[in-house]
This record gives sequence, structure tokens and C-alpha cells, in this order.
Amino acid sequence: MKLYDYVLSPSCYKVRLMAALTGVALDIRPVDFHPGGEHRGPELLALNPAGSIPILEDGDLVLTESSAMLVYLAAKAAPQWLGNDAAGPAARVQQWLSFSHRLTASLGAARLHEMLLRPGNIDALRGQGTAALRELEAGLVEQRIRGQRFLASDRPTVADIACFPYVALAPDGGVLLDPYPAIRLWSRAIRAIDGFIEMPGIHRLHELKPEPVLGGGEA
Amino acid sequence: MTRNAMIDEWYPVGLASQLDAHGRKTALMGEPIEVRLGEDGNAKVTGGNGRVLRACIRYGHVWASLGDPQKPLFAIPEADQPGRRLVDVGVVRVRCSPLRAVENFLDIAHFPFVHTDILGAEPHTEVQNYKVEIREDEDEVWATQVQFYQPQAAKSAEGGITTQYMYRVPAPTCSILYKTCPPRPGEWDVITLFVQPLAEDLCDVWPWMALFDDETPMTDLIHFQQTIFVQDRSILENQIPGLLPLDPGMEIPTRADLTSVAYRRWLKRHGYTYGAQLVAQ
Repeated sequence: MKLYDYVLSPSCYKVRLMAALTGVALDIRPVDFHPGGEHRGPELLALNPAGSIPILEDGDLVLTESSAMLVYLAAKAAPQWLGNDAAGPAARVQQWLSFSHRLTASLGAARLHEMLLRPGNIDALRGQGTAALRELEAGLVEQRIRGQRFLASDRPTVADIACFPYVALAPDGGVLLDPYPAIRLWSRAIRAIDGFIEMPGIHRLHELKPEPVLGGGEA
Repeated sequence: MTRNAMIDEWYPVGLASQLDAHGRKTALMGEPIEVRLGEDGNAKVTGGNGRVLRACIRYGHVWASLGDPQKPLFAIPEADQPGRRLVDVGVVRVRCSPLRAVENFLDIAHFPFVHTDILGAEPHTEVQNYKVEIREDEDEVWATQVQFYQPQAAKSAEGGITTQYMYRVPAPTCSILYKTCPPRPGEWDVITLFVQPLAEDLCDVWPWMALFDDETPMTDLIHFQQTIFVQDRSILENQIPGLLPLDPGMEIPTRADLTSVAYRRWLKRHGYTYGAQLVAQ
């Protein structure tokens, strides 16, 4: 499976992360997104007329939407990541997969503006990003009340992977995560999953080293 | 107030490869400037009031000064050595003091914690003794005999090696790193950090490299360096105080910070204080 990839792209990272978590090996084809603008060049436009990355190729199949890539990887290698197929949970997965585009369009665009000098109305983007974060926070709090730690169930699904990167990188665009305790707990839970990989700006949990063993009788 | 000595220094203001007649609006030390390709094929940089600034093209970038530089842009003799690949890494904006960006580049001790499994890894955290001097003839800060264990020192490195480093600060917002070159022992890879001060707490950083590496695709070289720098970015944006403290009462440095101490002393000596905090608050 070949991934047209940019190391600083949160959407590309979603696919790399999903592949790592489901044990799928990717053949990475680096794209000079910045400063070269290779994603707007003839070779990649022929593959994806939208001019965006990631692009995932597997034989005849060419995917240009990261949510579809997550579903494809999960369906192929680890279907438990698709979540429960009962009507409610399945709909919840779809709801958050679609919602993740709002994160890309707001927090992602704010990050590109602040970090790589892409054009945009930064105040409006941050406002939209904040609205999306509040909605996510409320969703996670409701899940906690239901006794579930992740967006659509008590185990992580493609929905969590779709939403996690742009949220975790919100501070890159000048939107802080301090006001969102449920999001911070959720982010920690995702980073604690076996096989988690990082990207620049998203650090691993150093705290995951084994706990010290205390002898009996110690406080 | 005395004239800020940094006005007369050279700063990167764009990639030479992206110069066009249409031009690009940016800023230098709070002043809006415009950078474009002049009719004579040279870079034309104009200041806020329309005056033409001193400008030149070198090391893949357009350079400009708001004042009257007494010296030409610093030399990097290795940049002209045949056989090197010249890598335009591209701009990354950071909400931090331009001096903080340079100081972080000079630091080795953070490698295992920020660039984990690439430029450093626990438990190899010790910074061994190295030499630091302010070279009076060149008027530059130099750190030499720096060495550090690195799991993946360069894109061309396979497995962990003890990497040798030299650091050089030839201008207040520019630093050059000379580093063990895995495919060509005896030569140094050149990795630079050119920083454009937009404001005292905001900068555009233009990393650039001149490497001996005939194997690695250009995009991989760019991505390797962008990975490293963006790992630093969130740290830089959260440093307190935001401005670089030049008052020695503010912090207690350790031996590993010798380069930083010399850099700050050199900045203070020259009055290079744009982005610095002079008195501890």
C-alpha cells in the first residue's frame, strides 16, 4: 500500500497512525508539500484532482479522503477499529468522521496560517476551531457519563483517529487546549494505545515507563 | 534611546527560488517590507516608506538589511564546495523571540527529550565537555569539540553514531552547525538556521543545508530537517520569559549551556538586543 505523504500533515499522520495501530505496512512516498508545492504538480493532480494529500494507493484503488483511508485500513486489517455496527454506535462513528473535516478546515487552516504562512482569516479560523473543540469536549463528557472513554465506544475507533491529530496540534495554530479537560484525557488515552506513533508536535507519553515497584509497608 | 545595532545586520527575507516579479509582503523588525525580483534579475527589497533596502542573494535565500551593513554577509566557504547538495528547507513561522530560536539551535542537551530516537535517546543524555570561544578576529561565537550519541544523526546515517559538532554564530540571528558527515568522513555537513526577525516575539525561520549525500531524495532531506525543527517549535512557543534574558541574574546555567552563555554575552557586548530582555523582571 502506497501513501503519498507529508511528514508535517496531520491528515497524512492519521493514515500513518492508523496503519501503525492496525499493523499495516505502508510504502511511504514523501511529497514536497512545503516549500515545493508538489501536491499541485501534474503527477499528483493526475492522481487527485483536488490537489490534496494524503493519497493512498492499493492496486487499482486510489483513495483521496483520509476518513476513507482509515476505514479501508481498519476493514482490511483490524475490523474492531470500525466500532460496533449497531445503529447508534455506527452512526456515531460516521458523525465524528464527518465532523473531523470541520477540525481540518478550522484548526488545520489556522495551523497552516501560523506555521507555514498560508493565507486565511486567522481570527475566524480560531473562532470556528474553538466552536468545534467545545462540541468535541461536550461529546467526550457525554461519553464519559455513558461510561465510555472514546468518541463512539469504550474502545478507540476510526472516529478517534480521524479527530485526534488536528485537535492535538491546535496549539500550533494558537488555539490552546487548556480549557478542555475531557479532550486532554482523551488525547492521553489515545497516546497510551499500544503501537501509537508520534509526529512533530505530538509527543509520546514519556510517563508510560513502568511504574516503580514499591515494597509492602511503604506509604 | 540609542540606535539598535541589529538594524545594520543582514537577515533572510525569502527563498531565492521563490522570487518573482509579483513580490511578497513580509516584515523585518516590525517594519513592513516587500521582496520581489527586480528588472535587473536581482532581488529588490523595499521598506515601509518605499525606500530601497540593501539586498543580496546567497545560500538559497534573499538577504536584506534595514540599515547600513558595515560588512558583507558572512562567508560559508563550504557552501561553494563542489559535490554538496544544497537544500532549501522552507520557512516555518514561530511565535518566539528570534534570539530564542538561535539559542535553542545551539543547545544539545534537549536532543534526547525533544528529538527522541533521532538526535538523541535516553539514557545517552550526558553532554560531554566542549570548548566555547568568542573569536575576536572574526567576531563570531564558536563551540567546538562537541560530541553526542545519536540514534539517527542524519538521513544518511544508519544506526546510532557518536556525532561530532561545531557551532558557529556569525550574525545575531544566524547560526551554522558543522556536523559529522556519515557518507564522507573528514568532511562536515553544514546545517544552518537563518532567522528573520518579524517582531521581538515573532520570527520566520529558514533552515538551509549543504550536505554530502548523493543517495537520499531531496524531499526526504527536507522532511528530515522540517521534522526536527517542528519538534522544537512547540517548545520555543512556550518558553518563559518570551524575550531572551541577557541579565545574568535571571537564570543559573550549567556547563552544558556554555554556548548559550557565550552567545548571550556576545549579543550584550554588541547591543544586539532586539528580542532580548535586558533587566530581569
